[in-house]
Amino acid sequence: MVSCHDCHLLSRMPKISGQQVAHCPRCGVVLHQRKPNSIMRTWALVITAMIFYVPANVLPMTVTSALGTTQADTIMSGVIYFIHSGSWEIALVVFVASIFIPFLKFIIIIYLLLSVQFKSIKRPRDRTILYRITGAVGRWSMVDIFVVTILIALVQLGFLANIAAGPAAIYFATMVVITMVAAESFDPRLIWDVVDEKHE
Amino acid sequence: MHQIACHECDLIHDIPPMPTRGAACCVRCGAVLLRAQANSIDRTIAWTTAGLVLYVVAVTFPFLAMRSGSIIQETALLTGIQQLYSQGIYMLAFLVLLTCILIPLGQMLGLLYIFIPLKLNVRVKFAIPVFRLFQHFKPWSMMEIYMLGILIAMVKLGKMATIVPGLAVIAFGLLIFVLNFAITAVDSHMVWERLGGES
Repeated sequence: MVSCHDCHLLSRMPKISGQQVAHCPRCGVVLHQRKPNSIMRTWALVITAMIFYVPANVLPMTVTSALGTTQADTIMSGVIYFIHSGSWEIALVVFVASIFIPFLKFIIIIYLLLSVQFKSIKRPRDRTILYRITGAVGRWSMVDIFVVTILIALVQLGFLANIAAGPAAIYFATMVVITMVAAESFDPRLIWDVVDEKHE
Repeated sequence: MHQIACHECDLIHDIPPMPTRGAACCVRCGAVLLRAQANSIDRTIAWTTAGLVLYVVAVTFPFLAMRSGSIIQETALLTGIQQLYSQGIYMLAFLVLLTCILIPLGQMLGLLYIFIPLKLNVRVKFAIPVFRLFQHFKPWSMMEIYMLGILIAMVKLGKMATIVPGLAVIAFGLLIFVLNFAITAVDSHMVWERLGGES
């Protein structure tokens, strides 16, 4: 029996070989017992995202020019600016969303991957909950990109004040997108496959 | 169809008769299998239509204005995207356009395309691919994250200027809630049974 990942219909998997594919009788999409190549794809995506994480944090996110002087700000220097100007709550939000959450996602996804590859049967339900949290929380990292978008829309006053997006922005956005896809490509049923195997 | 497999741990469950409200969860891992939705069709159509009206307001009216002394800079929802485009960062402009403008609109149009025929008991072509796309793009609708971005930007600029919210930003804020209500009103199990049964 195989469950369609789109319409959740349970159908009998026919015997197919090699290049043949089976389609869901209700919605027509290709049926897979598990997400194809889940482990390899997730590893590839999470490693790529980690590589992008470096320029996203090292290069400047915004370049502010005011009355002739130019200031380049990275994500971290933006956080520090908020702390110094008294809004530590905003500093916390930006730090958590842009620096902490992506980092946490990397760790959780790698942990989930290793736990499946090393055939761990410990705490499968907790690991499934970790998978759910990772998927739900990742998109919030995009907030910094939207902050930059709004800033550059508002602060276009020529010589007086001018904000432009820095090179980090595209690396950061790409990293968030890739981590979202990485979390989506991991099949949590693999966690339970190991548990079921060991019980037989 | 009387059985369903948990999409997170693959345990097969018999579908119980659902109450008017409540959710059926996987006994092993706790994932939500089905959620009961009373009056799904009417509620979805109602919320989605309201959402479309708010959407038009949000996109056309002035969004935010920044006042510093005698200088006023007025912007629309699309201004930031236009700025990214004119600064040459095409990919980012497209990404923001997609997640905050196109996908929410697509969700609302898609929902109407599926639910109005359901209400009228007619068949339309491509209903199944449209609903599949709707389900796939759910995490990519990021309007509420954009809202948080607005708040942060307001704090950042609050020192040097006053940020004046326009009509569009109020509509945008309401739209976030309305679209959320519309999406949660969707009973996907019911939709799949209807769409699948008719083909």
